[in-house]
Amino acid sequence: MIIHSLTFYMFAAVAVASGVMVISARNPVHSVLFLILAFFNSAALFVLMGAEFLAMVLVVVYVGAVAVLFLFVVMMLDINFREMRHGALQYLPIGGLVGIVLLAELVLVFGSWAVAPEAADVATIPTPDPTVVTNTHALGSVLYTRFVYLFQAAGMILLVAMVGAIVLTLRQRDGLRRQSIAEQNARRKSDTIEVVKVPSRGGV
Amino acid sequence: MAIGLAHYLTVAAILFTLGIFGIFLNRKNVIIILMSIELMLLAVNINLVAFSTQLGDLVGQVFAMFVLTVAAAEAAIGLAILVVYFRNRGTIAVDQINLMKG
Repeated sequence: MIIHSLTFYMFAAVAVASGVMVISARNPVHSVLFLILAFFNSAALFVLMGAEFLAMVLVVVYVGAVAVLFLFVVMMLDINFREMRHGALQYLPIGGLVGIVLLAELVLVFGSWAVAPEAADVATIPTPDPTVVTNTHALGSVLYTRFVYLFQAAGMILLVAMVGAIVLTLRQRDGLRRQSIAEQNARRKSDTIEVVKVPSRGGV
Repeated sequence: MAIGLAHYLTVAAILFTLGIFGIFLNRKNVIIILMSIELMLLAVNINLVAFSTQLGDLVGQVFAMFVLTVAAAEAAIGLAILVVYFRNRGTIAVDQINLMKG
């Protein structure tokens, strides 16, 4: 039990600390790396909660795809980040105020709030015993049956996002010399080579 | 002291607040704003999974996965828009992003 508590506090502390670093690091590359650290620690929290599949999905999707996408964009764009932070402190009071108010609200809501004892009995899809059915198995057995339409809709969202991202960033640049294979294959000797009779000492 | 629902909710609340705070703190840098949004979505996911595992209801985890999907799509589209914006204007300062209205 004590091990469980200690692990929770360690992962939670690192997650929160790296969250702070995400928004306060001077270099955006460091921000992305701290974001990755936050995701890893949240995945560990998921494992502690007993949602192993989502933990692995978090690592694969966020660290493997989203964070690398961020890193790629940060490194690709040539931006003067020093100038960007200029005047950031002028928003500190209002931001701090909003943050503190929101945190106080959340603490009040969660502090004065209790789970009804019969809440577990009215679960839409009760979680099977984790010693019998693994988390991944249980999730798959509802995701592909009961939520199959939502699952397909999620796939459509990803497809639309992919098409949108490609359409947005693809550009036709003129002035480039591209290889045209059809044109190359259609070339004949007569189009390209001309035999010229050169008179002696005359030059061409 | 046993770790219960409240502990996870507290972590999620702190992360969510950090995300909001990050948006205010980095008003100009849209990359950090996008990262703050990711942080907030992560906090939402922690909330969903915490409730799901504590109440023994699998729907929360299924929903968390859909949130993950939407977050990934949002990051891809957001960064694509950012790249196009940078190509057109040579900066990613979002003070004048309302020029995109055309």
